[in-house]
Amino acid sequence: MKDNVILEMRGICKSFPGVRALQNVDFSLGRGEIHALMGENGAGKSTLIKVLTGVYSKDEGNIELEGKGTVSIHSPQDAQRLGISTVYQEITLCPNLTVAENMFIGRGKGNITKWKEMNAKADELLKKLDIPASATMQLSSCSIAVQQMVAIARAIDMDCKVLILDEPTSSLDEQEVQKLFGLMRDLKAMGVGIIFVTHFLDQVYEVCDKITVLRDGQLVGAYEIKDLPRVQLVAKMLGKEMDDLSDIKGEQKPYEGDGVDEVVFEAHDLQSNAGISPFDFYIKKGEVNGFTGLLGSGRSECVRAIFGADTVTGGSVKMHGKNVNIKSPLDAMKNGIAYLPEDRKIDGIIGDLSVRENIILALQVLRGFFKPFSRAQAEAFAQEYIEKLNIKTASADTPIKSLSGGNQQKVILARWLLMHPEYLILDEPTRGIDVGTKVDIQKLVLELAADGMSVTFISSETDEMLRTCSRLIVMRDRKVVGELSGEDLSQNKIMSTIAGGN
Amino acid sequence: MTNNIKKKDQSMLKKISSNQLFIPIIALLLLAVINLINDPSFFKITAGYNNAGNPVLSGYLITILDYGSELVILAIGMTLVTAASGGQDISVGATIAIAGSAMLRVLCGGNSRPDTIQAPIIVAFLVACVVGMLCGAFNGMLVAIFKIQPMIATLILFTAGRSIAAWINNNELPIVPDPKFSYFGSFIPGIPIPTTVFIAAICLIVIALVLKFTNLGLYTQAVGINEKSSRLNGINPTLIKFLAFVILGLCVAVAALIKVSRLSTINYSVIAKDIEMDAILAVALGGNALSGGKFNIWASVLGAYVIQFLTTTLYKFNVQSDALAAYKAVVVIILVVFSAPKVREYMANLRKSITRKKEIA
Repeated sequence: MKDNVILEMRGICKSFPGVRALQNVDFSLGRGEIHALMGENGAGKSTLIKVLTGVYSKDEGNIELEGKGTVSIHSPQDAQRLGISTVYQEITLCPNLTVAENMFIGRGKGNITKWKEMNAKADELLKKLDIPASATMQLSSCSIAVQQMVAIARAIDMDCKVLILDEPTSSLDEQEVQKLFGLMRDLKAMGVGIIFVTHFLDQVYEVCDKITVLRDGQLVGAYEIKDLPRVQLVAKMLGKEMDDLSDIKGEQKPYEGDGVDEVVFEAHDLQSNAGISPFDFYIKKGEVNGFTGLLGSGRSECVRAIFGADTVTGGSVKMHGKNVNIKSPLDAMKNGIAYLPEDRKIDGIIGDLSVRENIILALQVLRGFFKPFSRAQAEAFAQEYIEKLNIKTASADTPIKSLSGGNQQKVILARWLLMHPEYLILDEPTRGIDVGTKVDIQKLVLELAADGMSVTFISSETDEMLRTCSRLIVMRDRKVVGELSGEDLSQNKIMSTIAGGN
Repeated sequence: MTNNIKKKDQSMLKKISSNQLFIPIIALLLLAVINLINDPSFFKITAGYNNAGNPVLSGYLITILDYGSELVILAIGMTLVTAASGGQDISVGATIAIAGSAMLRVLCGGNSRPDTIQAPIIVAFLVACVVGMLCGAFNGMLVAIFKIQPMIATLILFTAGRSIAAWINNNELPIVPDPKFSYFGSFIPGIPIPTTVFIAAICLIVIALVLKFTNLGLYTQAVGINEKSSRLNGINPTLIKFLAFVILGLCVAVAALIKVSRLSTINYSVIAKDIEMDAILAVALGGNALSGGKFNIWASVLGAYVIQFLTTTLYKFNVQSDALAAYKAVVVIILVVFSAPKVREYMANLRKSITRKKEIA
């Protein structure tokens, strides 16, 4: 073990049925170091944290702690005893108890609590850490940031050497974040090693010393913050090296029929309860555009606001220049908007119903409660789209849940195409499906657009978006930060826009 | 050639045994066979005259059809509630008491021994329907809007319902003076088949038409299976759940009409006691998942008749009425275990391995 290193993880492997969540990952943390752990969702960040804190047991690899040698961590209690403490995104304290009680709860020896001593100790610690709270205050009367700090105070008082902060800033405002950073710097000065997990790039560059990047369960590398400019970081998270990115631009025959250049849908200052900044948006007839950004940057939330899937809290919406009111998915459907949701299993399929019922559902709802399709009609619709999209199913009667992911996605796509929408929103239509189907769906999008349908296409794979979209709206930290079209549509440009800053 | 036919037979067999109606039909057949062995006269239906001199059919089968009617009607509503909300309404018995009490209040006008009825029967029945649907709407509101678990939400009326029923009639037990009112629970003069059978049949026809000419079935199943998806497809899950409870409320009112008519009066603490449990059981026996989702109303209806068949059979075997529940429980355990998906899966695997062994041999 090198000097000044307090935690060393080497060759960590962890598999879940069907997934290799971590493959041979190394991680090391120095004394008095704030170390960012970066990666997209599913990259393995939380699995690594959970292995370290004993929530999961590792399959392979070893963990060394300064002064303790190789340790085995089988439970969160083990981790705590070894001085590894975690503060989670959601505050896991008891709001109805006092600050001091929260700091010492479940840690006394025996059953007698010495209140005076406890409060004095708590006050001392709060003062030392410069936390603006007093021991006898009820926790719920403190702001969220202070509550977060109390959780940290509780963690470090447990003789903590390694402090893990898992997305601690996501529910804090700018000022509160600064307070938290102050505390982190104090702890750093005291020699505590901090692992900082966050989605916010700005915060990483503000407070961290080192960055470890994970992707698809593998270690990409560990870097000093000064050696890794933002654009490089984004490239590493997305898995694209800047230099060998070639600009792929498919041949796209644009729509040239009636009403070309007419704006089909237009939103102004649209805002929803899902926590996105108000944004403006429009789409023309026959256009394919897309929202891009890292996962969690708010691109799904934007289209959900357009479709009325989340509660719309502000802004105005126009279809063909006329003001319309979209408060629910049904309103959107009545205006000819269709939305294929991001999470197929949770928001898309109705598992136990047949392929036929899943296909006709949206059109049926639009047609009305008292006008069910006859069995023959429904069967005809189902057969038409099973053939058109080449859906592989035993019959139209098969429950959709027994189909493969790609075919389930085609059924959901069929559901919306059957509605003949004017404006189709596809949120991650190609996630988790095989390559052949991916290409099918991309081709279909271009065909639909050539026939005059407006399509918004969202994908985590940038080259897929470059191949289909003629205009990209770039998002960062739940804000629209740029719009790219024409010459600007390249991997490099997208990444530098996502990264922002320098 | 013969091999082909054999395969076809097997797949037919599989199709039949995997059908949701399979378990309740087998249960009915089994009960029929037991009775046939024990005493073939069980199936005898005799035509005779009752005390009033009207022609009536009598026999155990008629009894089953007659006394199973309330349960069948309730099973319709309970199936919808179960499918949409993934929970059950346990206040059914108590709301029957409320609806029945309201009916008596209208018929007798607050007078416990009136000489004539104070309002037409149809008016009383419609009032009961409104009251039943209001109770359903109350439960539906708690479940659909306030997202309270159905069993907890309906616990309120389950607890308070019978007191409310007694309060409606100032805790008196009014007797309906008009013999016409008793027709609904017995026989219409000149027609030898119990009226309840017709009422149940009408309810079944109505629900069949509703399921055919509206999207109630599709929406209810969609909401029960995946509420989030349903919403994104333009369905209003809150409304659908609420509607299911209101429909059950209407079923309750019809059941209350039969129950009150049988006695021409009411006993607040005893009327329709524990009927909610039988109704839930009917849904389960029909192979419908109590966690909601896909449903088959006809399977629930058969389930209801199975329960009544069982009760009647046990009476035939001279089981004391207070010991009835214990016997019923044993049979129910067997039936429910057999219709559990785990067991069905196991049986299917067993069948597969047997056929495979045969093929190898």
